[in-house]
Parts: sequence; C-alpha cells; structure tokens
Amino acid sequence: MIRSTLALTCLLGLWAGLSQAAPLGDPEAGKKVYNSCKGCHEVGEGARNGVGPHLNFVFGRKAAGLEGYRYSKSLERAGVAGLEWHADTLDAYIEDPRGFASGTRMSFRGLKDPQDRANVIAYLRLYSDNPANIPEADPTARMSEYTVDAALLAMDGDREYGQYLSGECKACHLSDGADGIPSIVYWPEDDFKVALYAYKSGQRLHPVMQMIASRLGDEEIAALAAYFENPD
Amino acid sequence: MKLNRRTFIGTTAALAAVMSAPAVMGQGKPRVVVIGGGAGGATAARYIAQDSAGAIDVTLIEPQTTYYTCFFSNLYLGGFKEISDLGHSYAKLASDYGINVVHDMAAGVDRTAKTVTLAGGGTVAYDKLIVSPGIDFVDGSVPGWSVDAQDKMPHAYKGGTQVELLKAQIMAMPAGGVFAMVAPPNPYRCPPGPYERISMVGHLLKVNNPTAKILLVDPKEKYSKQGLFEEGWAKHYPGMIERIGPDFGAANVSVDPAAMTVTIDGTVEQVHACNVIPAQKAGMIAAAAGLTDGNWAPVNPVDMSSKMDPDVYVLGDATNQGDMPKSGFSANSQAKVCANAVRGALTGSRVFPAKYSNTCWSLIAPEDGVKVGAAYEPTDEKIASVSSFISQTGEDAALRKATYEESEGWYTGITTDMFG
Repeated sequence: MIRSTLALTCLLGLWAGLSQAAPLGDPEAGKKVYNSCKGCHEVGEGARNGVGPHLNFVFGRKAAGLEGYRYSKSLERAGVAGLEWHADTLDAYIEDPRGFASGTRMSFRGLKDPQDRANVIAYLRLYSDNPANIPEADPTARMSEYTVDAALLAMDGDREYGQYLSGECKACHLSDGADGIPSIVYWPEDDFKVALYAYKSGQRLHPVMQMIASRLGDEEIAALAAYFENPD
Repeated sequence: MKLNRRTFIGTTAALAAVMSAPAVMGQGKPRVVVIGGGAGGATAARYIAQDSAGAIDVTLIEPQTTYYTCFFSNLYLGGFKEISDLGHSYAKLASDYGINVVHDMAAGVDRTAKTVTLAGGGTVAYDKLIVSPGIDFVDGSVPGWSVDAQDKMPHAYKGGTQVELLKAQIMAMPAGGVFAMVAPPNPYRCPPGPYERISMVGHLLKVNNPTAKILLVDPKEKYSKQGLFEEGWAKHYPGMIERIGPDFGAANVSVDPAAMTVTIDGTVEQVHACNVIPAQKAGMIAAAAGLTDGNWAPVNPVDMSSKMDPDVYVLGDATNQGDMPKSGFSANSQAKVCANAVRGALTGSRVFPAKYSNTCWSLIAPEDGVKVGAAYEPTDEKIASVSSFISQTGEDAALRKATYEESEGWYTGITTDMFG
C-alpha cells in the first residue's frame, strides 16, 4: 500500500514535469527567421501593408481578411470558405504556400524546417491579441500531452488526485449537488467517465466542459470518476 | 520491464519524500496567513484548512465583515440582483473550517521576521504567506480624477458601496441625460466587465429613462467579446450607446468631477452621471511588501509563488502571471493550485501539476448571456493559454438564456467554493 502510494507520488512528479505546456516556438529565433519575410510583410507598431499584407493581429483573422489589401482570388475563396489564421493553418501555409493555396501571390518557396516555422509563428504571435486582455485570443502555447503507461490505465482511479482536480469542477458545480449547475456527485464511476469522454471527443457540445475535458488524460478522468463517486 | 521501472521510480520517490519533509517540524503547527478574503484569498484559506484537516493553522486577514463580490455587481446595476444577493459572510470559514478570521487591514509585511502587521496593532507570524489583495488605482491615470473624487464620479470597480452609489446617480439622471464611462487601459480587472456594465446601464436606462444616452470613452482599440457586445447593443439599445475609441481621441481624456464634464481630445462633454474606471495596479499591500515589479506582482507559473520570496504566494488580479485575465474565476483557480503547493510544502502532502482555467460570463440584456473561457498551463516563462472558446454572434435566444442561467449557477458555485 505504502509502496504503491510512493510509486504514484513519483509518477505524478513525472507528470508534473511532462504537464508543462510547450511554447509555440522560440520568438527570438523566430525573429531571425522572419528576416526572409520582412521584405514584403511588416509587423509591429505602425506596420502597414506593403507588397504583402501587414501581420499585426493575424492570429484569428479570416484569410484575405484585411481591409485595404488586394489578395489573390485563391486566398479570398479560402477566406469565404472559412479559413482562419491560427498556429496550425499558418504552419501549413508557410511550409508550402503554393501547395496550400495554389493561386497565392506570395512568391515564397516555403519553410521546410518545422522548427523554423514554429519559431516564426511564435514571433508573429507576439503581435496579435494578448489573452490576458482578450481571453478569447488564440492560445500562446500548446497543451501538454499526457502519455500514460498502459499499466496505469488498469489502475483504479486515484481518489486523492481526483480530489485535487475536482477543485476545477467546484468553481461551478456545487459540491453538495444542489440546484444550479447540474450535480456531478455520487455518480457511478463509469457514467462519469462516459460523460467526460463525450465532452473530450466533442460529441457533447458544452464549450466550458469541452475545454475542461480536452486536457484531462485517461488517468485524470479515472481519478475524477473515483473521487466523485463518493466524495465524502 | 514496467515492474522494474515502477520499482526504480518508487525508490526515487522515497528519497524525494524524505527530502521534502516539513520545514517547520517541532515548532507546533505550521502557520499560513492569507491577506485578502476575496476569490483568491478566501478560496486558498478554505482549501488549505479543509484539506489539511487541522494540520495547518490558517489565519485570514480581511477588513470587511461582509464581502460584496465585484463579479455580478453589473447585474445589480441592471436590476437583476439585489445588493444583498452579492454579500457573503466569513462566518462559515471560522465555524466550519476552523480558520482564524481577523477583520483588520494588513498594514505591512516583514518578510525577514515573517510577520504581518495589522492596522489595528499587533502582528501575525507566518511560515507561508498568501497575498490576494485585488486592485488599487494608478494615481493620475485619468487627469482630473482621484480617489477623492470617487463620490462624484464613482469607479464602482470594487464591490459594495461604490456600485450602489453609481446606480443611485444613474437613476437620478434627468430625462434624456448622458451617462459617461471612461474605460480603463489594459491590463485591468475583468476584461469584459466595462462592456457588460454598459449593457446593464443600457437596460436600466431603457426601462427608466429611454431617451438617455451612453457615452463610452475607451482608450483601447479593441476589447473582449467586442463583436458580441456590438451586436447586442444594436439589437437591444439602438441609438443609445456611442463608443469613442482612440482613433477619435479617447486616449486623451480628462474629467472635471465638480463641473461634471468629460473632455475628449479638447471637446468638452457635459454629463449627468460618470463612471471613471482608472488604470489599475496590485492592491497596495503587494507593493508595501516588496512583491511588485512595476504595477503588478510577478509569480512563478507552476504554483503562484512570488518571484521575490519563496515563502510568499500572490493570487488573482494583483499578479503578473502571463495569459490569464484578471477575474474572480482566475483567482479561484489559482488559489487551488497554490493551496495544494502550500500544503505540500508544509506537511509533505502530494503536490499535483498545475492546471488553471477561466470563464467570464456577461449579460447583454435580460436572458441574453454570453461567455468566454480558456484553459491555461504553466510554461517556463508564464501561465500560457492553451485553448479558448467564445460565444458566437447570431446564437438563438434559447442558448443565450441557458448561458445566463449557467452564469447564475456559477455564481452560486464559486461563492460556495469561496465561503463554504
């Protein structure tokens, strides 16, 4: 019993190491990469459209979405179809501009090195909305990925970890399950897991719950289910 | 293979457990002092007291005997809540959780002696100190306004009497009068707050003084939920609200509280009620304790410990932590990570990885609620946003009503989480 607790303590310690979010890239290094962009694209205070559109506030912008710049038909069509610029779409575009949008007027061969792309994207991210002021702004880091030993999945949920994680739930869900936000206490463990996985997969549609569940690993869902089955 | 790995891990953990043995053994119970009984401080005090089950002596220092939440104060302005709905007692924290609640003002912190001095005299010793003081205002940020003028032009940006005063002044406006708001520059408490307030004042005036006008003077180019608010204002309060942004001189604004005028880039506007929300900084005790760098207190993203002192933690609006907005939800979220870390440091209990989250609900009109939220994780540099969501324009009325009802459920949830 004691041994398994100790083992778990340390495993959690390892998760703590792994659970750090990863920055989008290194903005300092990205500034150097950006040297090959800045002949056409301005960014930063007072940036204006030149040969290419300026790149202030590009994150979250619709493709071909900047007023006062004449885009290619190809990018205009992409914008109308719903393409927005985020870390992932920018990454795909600058890897191979002509492959991504065949009619683009951006005459750039593309950045083949994924690290260069990550770094320049991190650099550009400095010039879009700050999430501290505009919470809906694009993320500035990549969510940590929980890689879990298969042996752990067979383990029963860790109630103490579940109790810690439940703090996030209790900002809204009353711990005694009275009216208001739906009660989540005294649920059978399996039902609890099914509900969280349904949010995680996007089958259930509540945006707050999708956000919460999206970053819960299997062991965390098991821990929460074990705790909420009998939280006393 | 797995067995070997687990054995090895177990050994390392045993060593780590020995090395992290409580630092204050043999001196009686470890002592945690919390300054500030809001969303950060009350939550941290309650979680530490509850989860340590008597092993930690917790003192909460808060001058007010009844805490009026700043969050939902706009709903009081709009007529959807009574002020009494927003008041909360500390009685349960004392009776049910054994927290020593001291209703006094923290006047100073001696970080060498590890004591907090109270305005009423006396000192309280700590092993770990948690500072959650909320905001104060930057002197001179709106020329003509100072805290001395807050009765003429209320900030109403701390809960309680200021919000009541503002509502009384709006209700006393002449028919067709002008309500003005000077919105704050970034960063400030509750990013959508000023704009929800505009919405609620819009509702109040639509009902009571429908020919009145609202003048929003905003030094920022853009703000949170802007598309949602603009859509809502056009729908519910057409022609009532005028926003002047920095492109029309809003960054160059001054006020004259005696004359009740607002001067925007040289143009003098006569107004009948005026809400000045100045630029903000950490609550004054944070600076007095030497915890600030500039206007805010920098903290370590993994546990909210101060970058100035490993035995001090800072929570909520007062901090500079990275991507989290200054909000009650954020402070409550940070408090739980901090409580887990403080308890671990003092009793050797398990310390789990930090996870933070925030959601801000705003009411635009009756049963027309919207929300924005994000999840956050620590990086080496800061607390970073890792995913976000926001309500969409054009949502149907049923969804907006459900969002509003959800915000009411959240209010009950978080205040229970804070005060027991």
